[in-house]
Amino acid sequence: MSAGGKSPAVDVGGSSTFGHLMPPSGELDASHGVVLYLEDVTVSFDGFRALNKLSFSVDVGELRCIIGPNGAGKTTMMDVITGKTRPQSGKVFFGQTMDLTKMREPEISQTGIGRKFQKPTVFEQHSVFDNLELAIKADRGIWHSLFAKLSGEQMDRIDEILETVQLQEMADLRAGLLSHGQKQWLEIGMLLAQEPKLLLLDEPVAGMTDHETVRTAELLKTLEGKHSIVVVEHDMDFVGSIARKVTVLHEGSVLAEGTMDKIQKDEKVIEVYLGR
Amino acid sequence: MDAVEGMSAVTGPNAGAGMLDRRNPPGLFNRLYGKTGWSLFFAGLAVTCALVPLLNLIVPEGSFLHLPDYWVALLGKIMCYAILALAMDLVWGYTGILSLGHGIFFALGGYAFGMYLMRQIGHDGSYHSDLPDFMVFLDWKAYPWYWKFTNHIAYVLLLVVLAPAVLALTFGFFAFRSRIKGVYFSIITQAMTVAFMLLFFRNETGFGGNNGFTDFKRILGHPIATAGTRMILFMTTALVLLGLMLVLRYIVTSKFGRILMAIRDAEGRIMFTGYNPLIYKLAIWTFSAMIAGVAGALYVPQIGIINPGEMSPGNSIEIAIWTAVGGRGTLVGALIGAVIVNGAKSWFTQAFPDYWLYFLGALFIMTTLFLPKGVMGLIDKWKVRT
Repeated sequence: MSAGGKSPAVDVGGSSTFGHLMPPSGELDASHGVVLYLEDVTVSFDGFRALNKLSFSVDVGELRCIIGPNGAGKTTMMDVITGKTRPQSGKVFFGQTMDLTKMREPEISQTGIGRKFQKPTVFEQHSVFDNLELAIKADRGIWHSLFAKLSGEQMDRIDEILETVQLQEMADLRAGLLSHGQKQWLEIGMLLAQEPKLLLLDEPVAGMTDHETVRTAELLKTLEGKHSIVVVEHDMDFVGSIARKVTVLHEGSVLAEGTMDKIQKDEKVIEVYLGR
Repeated sequence: MDAVEGMSAVTGPNAGAGMLDRRNPPGLFNRLYGKTGWSLFFAGLAVTCALVPLLNLIVPEGSFLHLPDYWVALLGKIMCYAILALAMDLVWGYTGILSLGHGIFFALGGYAFGMYLMRQIGHDGSYHSDLPDFMVFLDWKAYPWYWKFTNHIAYVLLLVVLAPAVLALTFGFFAFRSRIKGVYFSIITQAMTVAFMLLFFRNETGFGGNNGFTDFKRILGHPIATAGTRMILFMTTALVLLGLMLVLRYIVTSKFGRILMAIRDAEGRIMFTGYNPLIYKLAIWTFSAMIAGVAGALYVPQIGIINPGEMSPGNSIEIAIWTAVGGRGTLVGALIGAVIVNGAKSWFTQAFPDYWLYFLGALFIMTTLFLPKGVMGLIDKWKVRT
């Protein structure tokens, strides 16, 4: 990947077009306790530096919150991790061995990184159950999908997820008919069905009622430890209720990192983000 | 018609009852169609393979029950269009890829089979040469390389699906890999069919220039213009159409089909769920082109001519209109749309030849404005009300 002047949003490389046909490039090796590692990542769009030498890492089983004002580069960071955007420079590693800058979206997803978009995206014409069926961990190839049948085990797993995200009653409902909050949960459920090692959640409580927000916080806390989770969020109360460690982004790089208490007392953070 | 009753007894009420019994999914038979669907399927089978031959060949010509040859030819032609519409529905209705160039795949299948029919003319052309008349006219001494083996039916049948498949695979690979979508993709497909039309219009291309292929004499050694041959071609077309109604229904009710629809509705999500949309789109796009090729191959011997006009942009757009009028993403809708529009066309072009295009345009606008789900949407509404 040259650091040329190509637009990062378009250049997704051609070498691994059929990459998904090969087994994912190795298993996740997180033996040193780090699941995600970014170093000096830079992304610029037409001269605007969305990410500016961004470096941070996430530990295995950690629930990390990322906050920052609009334009701080939160979504771009997610795009880089999931292969949607290629950085001009810098390293992005999943575990010790997997170089995410060399992989395509489906591959990255298959190695165990699940992403929830800012705007809930579920398959609106499919039933809630079918949404989970498509997400459940299985062979992603054409032949397999032509003859696929859900095993009893997968069926149990889907039931379990339906219960976790409290959508048992809606299993047969078209996903497009769900409320906004329910769609968010379904999307989280779909991520869980993929059995990811790392979950990226972009504003999971945006547009949720207070009750739904509390429920989501509880849900994420139950997942902590089982999965590594990165949450990007604006809602400070929500962040406060779930986070142990918070990373503050500003103008494409890390401004501060630490516990919520420490962050809230940080002079620089107060200046750029929390305000007065 | 015993079969119909026998079968429908097996089909229980297949409405989703609350928490569907997912651990015991319905068998394949019940998965494909419900009671009505299977009844119509076997009715279609009985009409095309028993009733039509009976009324056309056995009932004497004077009888009012006699089905004229004209009708057999028209029905055969419309069924070819229906097959083409099914191919379109797979990519447009289910996968959200609007092709405005499916005519090219249809024409390639037609040309491939036409090559065989030209070879079958033998020495009976105007010049009594080994070569088709248009090659004699060009003063060619031998068949060009790409005509090799086209006197073998097995090879030609392969060519009928392979030629469209190779074009679709190549074109699709570059288009989908570059993530060309929506209206941009449609425009490029349109350009593709125009480019091929211009290529085929040239005499030097070796496909008969603007006259194309015609004056066929034989098929598999049998005279092509007899009532018997025509009926066999008609029945073959009907069987292919009905067979596709099963195969395609299997595909769209499989997980594969649900992935196609998911690509249509939220391609980003399907990608981050770990599926590679490129492979899925390429597979269905190529398969659809192959079906279109088969439709073309069935069309040419029944109509008796294939020329570059089949590749004109208007033809490809019409395919999209049939599918839209019938209702996208339902398969049956595509079939109904092809029958309604082409039925109307054959009546209109005789009754009011000057106004057909206005009518077609009006039909398309009305469908878009008032029936976004086409005739199938109308049927659904009516079902809900009763």
